[in-house]
Amino acid sequence: MNIYVILKRTFDTEEKIAIQNGKISDDGAEFIINPYDEFAVEEAILLRDKHGGEVTVVSVGDEDNEKELRTALAMGADNAILINTEEVEEKDQHTTASILAAFFEDKAYDLILGGNVSNDNSTGQVGPRLAEQLNIPCVTTITDIEIEGDTVTVERDAEGDTEILKTSIPLLATAQQGLNEPRYPSLPGIMKAKRKPLEEIDYDELDIDEDDIESLTETVTVFLPPEKQAGKILQGETADQVKELVTYLHKETKIL
Amino acid sequence: MDFQLDEDIQFLKNNIRNFVENEVEKVAMQIEKEDKIPERTIEMAKEMGLFGLSIPEEYGGLGIGMVGKCALYEELGKTHNGFTTLIGAHTGIGTVGIVELGNEEQKQKYLPDMASGKKIGAFALTEPEAGSNAANLKTTAVKKGDKYILNGTKHYITNATEADVFTVMAVTDSSKGAKGITSFIVEKDFPGFQVGAIEEKMGLKGSHSAELILEECEVPEENVLGEVGKGYVNALKILTNGRAGLAARNLGSCQKLLDMSLEYAQERKQFGVPIIEHQAVAHMIAEIGVETEALRSFTYRVAWMVDQGEKLIKEAAMLKLYGSEVYNRVADKALQIHGGVGYISDYPIERYFRDARITRIYEGTSEIQKNIIAGQLRKEYS
Amino acid sequence: MSKNVLVFAEARDDELRNVSFEALGAAREIANGGKVIGAIVGADNHHLAEELFHYGADRVISAEHEVLSDYTNDGYFQAYLQVVDSVSPDVILSGHTSLGKDLSPRLAARLNLGLISDVTDFEVEEDEVIFTRPIYSGKAFEKKRVKSGTIFATIRPNNIASLDKDSARTGQVEFEQVTITDLRTILKDIVKKTASGVDLSEAKVIVAGGRGVKSAGGFKPLEELAEELGGTVGASRGACDAEYCDYSLQIGQTGKVVTPELYIACGISGAIQHLAGMSNSKVIVAINKDPEANIFNVADYGIVGDLFEVVPLLTEEIRHMKVGV
Repeated sequence: MNIYVILKRTFDTEEKIAIQNGKISDDGAEFIINPYDEFAVEEAILLRDKHGGEVTVVSVGDEDNEKELRTALAMGADNAILINTEEVEEKDQHTTASILAAFFEDKAYDLILGGNVSNDNSTGQVGPRLAEQLNIPCVTTITDIEIEGDTVTVERDAEGDTEILKTSIPLLATAQQGLNEPRYPSLPGIMKAKRKPLEEIDYDELDIDEDDIESLTETVTVFLPPEKQAGKILQGETADQVKELVTYLHKETKIL
Repeated sequence: MDFQLDEDIQFLKNNIRNFVENEVEKVAMQIEKEDKIPERTIEMAKEMGLFGLSIPEEYGGLGIGMVGKCALYEELGKTHNGFTTLIGAHTGIGTVGIVELGNEEQKQKYLPDMASGKKIGAFALTEPEAGSNAANLKTTAVKKGDKYILNGTKHYITNATEADVFTVMAVTDSSKGAKGITSFIVEKDFPGFQVGAIEEKMGLKGSHSAELILEECEVPEENVLGEVGKGYVNALKILTNGRAGLAARNLGSCQKLLDMSLEYAQERKQFGVPIIEHQAVAHMIAEIGVETEALRSFTYRVAWMVDQGEKLIKEAAMLKLYGSEVYNRVADKALQIHGGVGYISDYPIERYFRDARITRIYEGTSEIQKNIIAGQLRKEYS
Repeated sequence: MSKNVLVFAEARDDELRNVSFEALGAAREIANGGKVIGAIVGADNHHLAEELFHYGADRVISAEHEVLSDYTNDGYFQAYLQVVDSVSPDVILSGHTSLGKDLSPRLAARLNLGLISDVTDFEVEEDEVIFTRPIYSGKAFEKKRVKSGTIFATIRPNNIASLDKDSARTGQVEFEQVTITDLRTILKDIVKKTASGVDLSEAKVIVAGGRGVKSAGGFKPLEELAEELGGTVGASRGACDAEYCDYSLQIGQTGKVVTPELYIACGISGAIQHLAGMSNSKVIVAINKDPEANIFNVADYGIVGDLFEVVPLLTEEIRHMKVGV
């Protein structure tokens, strides 16, 4: 099986967000593999170990992404490819999906895995857009995947319900939490990852027309939500606190 | 002089940090209550390769130098010390003997399983009547055909209940004193080998120490580690090189206490301001900061000396002494800063305070270190 | 300038979802004198389609085919495409629901449209529509626009006001028989997991438990409170990791981002990842033993105490109040 994982570098979930010069500041921020993409990497490795083949992780971005690609290699992926788009000025999900579509055009793939959303922009668009551009089926938010020959059985989380779907390869699927528990890269794995191939290609080396990757949307502004004021800690006997709380809720919400 | 860690080491360090923060910290309270590290946590640590920290790459380990090891130990020191001790005793004194002194056959036989954590290692020197005075060993080893027969009792042996492979010191020639001691690799399944009861401790929960009882214990001749009669020198060498790693673990705990103290002192308000605004608290924070940083410099300097193959009996003793004493002082101050919260078992501070205490005792007491240091200094100036 | 706005409505358990009415409300404002076209896709939606008029649609299309009784990406995609073709809208709106998330990006890719996902607010400025959406799980927001051509956005449940129901507003539902071919993915089964049927993202009230609930059984008092309030139960990552409950209940940066009217956090310490998932709730109540817990920093009301004592009392008190009314 030839498995590809599309992987994004994102802020660590613990990071606080600050704005500088009208943009989200990444000063001193820690970066990680987008947690949902990490599920995808883990699943790819498990599937490879079961069915044989290779796992290739692909990331669109700049050289900083090498760290996350190395982490995926240390987890057990076989190859890593960075598609450098440092030169692309305005990017949106259409841009990324189109670049990836151009990349995959001449690749032989059975399965492309990704996260169902990223924890920064959280649009969940790139996976389904890419599948449509490649004209292959797409299943989002999967929590289980079984492959037998060309047949794929997938469980998908649909707002708490589980849909059981049958489809076939080639397939693009996006990972939901619960799919697996990603391994920590093993320490010997990290040492070995140094010797695994990490290829870098520039996006304009792909068969691509600049007009086709131009972003279709644009960000007007970013801002922080108003800081939440610390509220009222109730005092007194527990029973009285509860009564007081119910009175407040009655007054201030439509619920009671 | 280069104070920058290699990129690879940094990468390893970050991964250990993630593991510690996400997996060990969340079970720290559980370990403390149950005096047991959850199987799952140990399993994950094995999968991660933490047990192969000090084993060469060709035997399935990491193959990194002492500076690198210390960087990793520092991260491990930032969590429950019982967990840290399980890993530290195995990767330190538990495996280093075989790595440093073992012959190729012994290495092939033991190290791969020890690197994967399939087999746990322990170091058995201390006896009821020979703790600090290692030369006063009573455990005997008598050669009989192609075997040695060991008799005696070891106690306070860290990892005794978990371990499969022990590096045991025993007297092969009582007429030669320290030069009559030999090291052996003893497996827990050897006839005549028995692990006694777990010793209840004040701290280091989850890490267990116990007695070893050797009664006509049969050890094949090929399990002599290093040369016959070189056991005492070997023991010293294993312990000496282990000092930097132990100090690095203490350093990690100090850093953790500093982090917790800083966070708490900025959040906790008294008299209308965060307590860090009170000079008495601010000064304690400053003192913790200075001592932690000084320990860091010293630790990496000694680790660097180990990597250079330099002689470091004096420096290693100084570091063992300093690291243990600093950890105790820092734990005391951190507890003081936290006040009542620091004394309550729902919070981790008092745990560090209790766990710090053993560092002044095990692997050579502070007093013994001072003897060694004074002795070495006298030699230098005589 | 007036715009024709196409709203894809959605049903769950044979009822139209609130988010569809909210999207109609937004459409009304964006249309600015243009037409609002409500569309619903399924096998048989006669009885549901008309309600779209009541909430602001000028035209209602029910696109039907027998294979559309259950959602499949391929089936619904083809139906949506045919509706878009027949309407040629200036704006397309859909719910940012499981279905909306699964389908909209594909539709956008096929039609070569920019798509703005997960919209919580919008403003109409002359010819433009500027959408507000959370980024970094609500730690920040961005305002975004589609550069040119058809505007496409998905609306997050619970954030945009719907119009009041006006049963007098009515009209003739247009039925459209769609053609469906080549289903590459087929639905074998659906396992319903949530007993209450209320999805976290649409719930008006969420009672969430953290590590402090101590066991799977510890969720029982929370469930009782949620039931009394007509809400549903959620959880922090800590509770999911400890296997007290299923990951589908997880609220936070990984997990669901929710904005209910009322969020009651029980035994949740308030890690930044959790706060990201719930701090935009309208009213937050925190119940925790630890007075230093971070959750109190975002709570409107806090009770320092044992959740196993406080939560049952609260349930009881609310029950009393209801009886009294």
